[in-house]
Amino acid sequence: MDMSKYVLPFEECDITMVNRVGGKCASLGELMKAQIPVPPGFAITTDAYEQFLEENNLSKRVIDRLDGVKEEMVDEVHTASEEIRGWIEAGTISEPMEDMIAEQYRLLSRRTLTPAVPVAVRSSATAEDLPDASFAGQQDTFLWIRGVDDVLDRTRKCWSSLFTARAISYRIKMGFDHAEVLISVAVQKMVRSFTAGVMFTLNPATGDPATVVIDSNWGFGESVVSGEVTPDQFQVNKITMDVTKKVVSDKGIYYTTDPETDEVKKLEVDEERRKSQSLLDKEIIALAELGKVIEKHYGKAMDIEWATEKSLPYKGEIYIVQSRPETVWSQKEVKPVAEPKASAIEHIVAGLVKGKRVR
Amino acid sequence: MADLKFPSPHEAEKLPGTEGWERMYPYHYQFSTDDPERKKYEENMFWFYDGLHYPEPMYPFDMIWDEAWFLALSQYNSRIFIVPPAMGIDHRIHNGYIYITPIPVLDEASIPQRVELFMKRAGYYYENWNDLEQKWVKKMEGVIKELDDLEIPKLPEMEDESVVFDGKGISSGYLLHNAYDKLIDLGIKCWQYHFEFLNLGYASYVFFVDFCSKAFPDIPLQKITQMVAGIDVIMYRPDDELKKLAKLAIELGVDDVAMNGDAAAVLKAMEGSDNGKKWLEAFEAAREPWFHVSTGTGWYHHDRSWNDDLNVPISFMKIYIEKLKQGKNIDKPTAAVIAERDKLSAGYRDLLKTDEDRATFDQMLGSARTVFPYVENHLFYVEHWFHSLFWNKMREVAAILKEFKFIDDIEDVWYLRRAEIKDALWDVVTSWATGSNGRGPLVWPKEIAWRKQCMEKFREWTPPDAMGTVPETISEPFTIVLWGITSESMANWAKLKAVADGDLTKISGFPGSPGEVEGIVRVCRTVADIGRLQDGDILVAPTTSPSWAPAFQKINACVTDVGGVMCHAAIVCREYGLPAVVGTGSATSRLKTGQKIKVNGATGEIDIIS
Repeated sequence: MDMSKYVLPFEECDITMVNRVGGKCASLGELMKAQIPVPPGFAITTDAYEQFLEENNLSKRVIDRLDGVKEEMVDEVHTASEEIRGWIEAGTISEPMEDMIAEQYRLLSRRTLTPAVPVAVRSSATAEDLPDASFAGQQDTFLWIRGVDDVLDRTRKCWSSLFTARAISYRIKMGFDHAEVLISVAVQKMVRSFTAGVMFTLNPATGDPATVVIDSNWGFGESVVSGEVTPDQFQVNKITMDVTKKVVSDKGIYYTTDPETDEVKKLEVDEERRKSQSLLDKEIIALAELGKVIEKHYGKAMDIEWATEKSLPYKGEIYIVQSRPETVWSQKEVKPVAEPKASAIEHIVAGLVKGKRVR
Repeated sequence: MADLKFPSPHEAEKLPGTEGWERMYPYHYQFSTDDPERKKYEENMFWFYDGLHYPEPMYPFDMIWDEAWFLALSQYNSRIFIVPPAMGIDHRIHNGYIYITPIPVLDEASIPQRVELFMKRAGYYYENWNDLEQKWVKKMEGVIKELDDLEIPKLPEMEDESVVFDGKGISSGYLLHNAYDKLIDLGIKCWQYHFEFLNLGYASYVFFVDFCSKAFPDIPLQKITQMVAGIDVIMYRPDDELKKLAKLAIELGVDDVAMNGDAAAVLKAMEGSDNGKKWLEAFEAAREPWFHVSTGTGWYHHDRSWNDDLNVPISFMKIYIEKLKQGKNIDKPTAAVIAERDKLSAGYRDLLKTDEDRATFDQMLGSARTVFPYVENHLFYVEHWFHSLFWNKMREVAAILKEFKFIDDIEDVWYLRRAEIKDALWDVVTSWATGSNGRGPLVWPKEIAWRKQCMEKFREWTPPDAMGTVPETISEPFTIVLWGITSESMANWAKLKAVADGDLTKISGFPGSPGEVEGIVRVCRTVADIGRLQDGDILVAPTTSPSWAPAFQKINACVTDVGGVMCHAAIVCREYGLPAVVGTGSATSRLKTGQKIKVNGATGEIDIIS
């Protein structure tokens, strides 16, 4: 059996393969191509998901179950969701497929010199990362998973997350065909985040394309992505690389792993770190530089998740965990800022006639 | 801005002991209530205090410049270039302080026609800018030469016999009047030229700023100006000449001589050697015209030029020699400024999304760069070179008044309006001609004494930032660019006034030049104070001017009361890479020498630390 049909290291994923590995894995592969530091991992492809459904006789069963279910039938949607998810999570991954996944996982462990390497198991939907569809957050993410068995278990959970009540109603409402939405799963080495957060290569508040905006908090990036915490915000001028704005917030909570139990926990930030700047100035600039490279590679404004890891007390690395095209400003019609004119004076006249508001 | 309250001009505070002050100034500058229409007009307009030009109350004679630009700026907007939405700027005076208001075009229906006319007339200037600018330089140099050549005749006990034998047919008395009229005329004319291009220059700049702000909502004004600012600006020449002289002194091995004693001593000592003489040649060459630079803004008669007091340039030059001997680089980082300028222009241009916008950017940046040299250079010709010579010629007139005991001191002449001086000259001349006593000595000295104490009271008083009614929009280009009147600046002024001194922890203004620095405040109200600056101080001044340049070698940052991003302090700080926050409103009165502050030139914020 050709392993690469079902599992692919990120290095072998690229933007042309979204329908097989989903947006997340495709973009991680692209980032690696652009020499961006990305935690390594592998994709469990949509073919694997389809194969799994087939082997468990679920392909037709799921579609039939959803036949006739309408968006407003709230209870029905919930019941259907519970049932379908139950089927998927109880399904059996065939031995050959188990072996393939296990092999990739072991390779990852060896490569990162970490036995039973902690990974994030995340859905990488084929529609999620398209700029048109803000599916983001509709499927699940599992952090700090160790050992093949747990990886397989979470993989099934990711697969089943395609059928959460919200996902089902969303597809019905938007007119997406349930059969067409396939899912891939990204299994990625977890960064032991010292700090993490998001970065936009434009200012999401104003649309300014010359500003990089970075939101950051202690611990895993989830606290920032989920909006649970008011993060620190830093703004960088993309051209001069000056840090033009720093807002240090009172950061109350953070996510980290308990070193003993390997559980991801939400903890309170201790007093002196609450109001201290979570990123060093030089890290802010290094991160913004990465943002620039990523934006250049994709040719558009990007929405990026990042994390820093302190491998040694005095040394840290920045990793890009995820990146996707920015969805809000890039949607707007690209119009010239000023109506073109034949000469400078015509611009001047137009401006003079308009005047400047002072009140 | 519901909470932005400015008092009515008719309720402005009157100062006891100054009753009758109005006669010191032209009658049409008074706020008045006797005519209901005029009164209503004054209440409905937005009058702001022109602290940029006049940090001090007006001397009656010095009003000549205010009147000159009152006419000149306005005429170009309203009657010559026909700026579509703007007429001129109206002026008033209260307690010696000048208030101005931009007048919009009220008849909206006339705007389309004005647009056509503007396109044709301003278009001609924009298209032929460089040629016209060169012609302008010649015109200015011509006017300056006429001024320099103007002879103020003395009134002799007896006319020289050549008057008879050459059949001249006129007296020195007549010539004195003639010379005074000519002097005033040259002053007014010079200002006619001053504004020939200026509003067009500002209009071009303002709309480049507008375009950049739309395309890049976060872009700081300072970055825009960095893309436009000139590199080889004439205003830096005087300072550059000093640097050259400093280097030359070291090269010729006469730096020891240069460091020893005051200007008179140095110049005398230099004659003692061949190398010293070589240096003197270079010094004399530099003086004309570069040492005509004023130590102030040139607006006040008490702003002397370097030529008037050679101790000023010599002491500045000593600073440079000292720095050079310490191995420090005194040159402006021009290459770095150019590199930064190009990086910004290319960088922002690349981020534009459409070809149309890139074309617009090229047009507007090109236009702004074409006009900026004039915008920056005209200052030297008018406010420095011309004004320096003008004040000194006026002193020659004053000397005659003093001779006839109309004034006790030459520097008293400034307390008379120029029309009053004309009358006084008639009194002088007729008393000279008739051999009788003029009435002047009985009238002027005591009037001048009274006026002096009025002005003392004016000086102690703080004028309100503005009076009247805030408009919705302002279209007059100078008001926006030069005075930096925007909704933010007005809100900031209002906020600053509302905070009691003890509670003041923050002052904000316009980001003039990027960088963040902490340091000790040194408040300098005039250039005479800059001698007190220590290395690393933060200069806090009402405004600065090119003759303050050597101060910028000592300081780590600059804060000013007045000015937008194009004011002198901001321009020079950008060239030197020093942080600057400008247009704070009243930093010189809210901050004290010795306080510790942190200045952030990129955000325009000042934190008061102690």
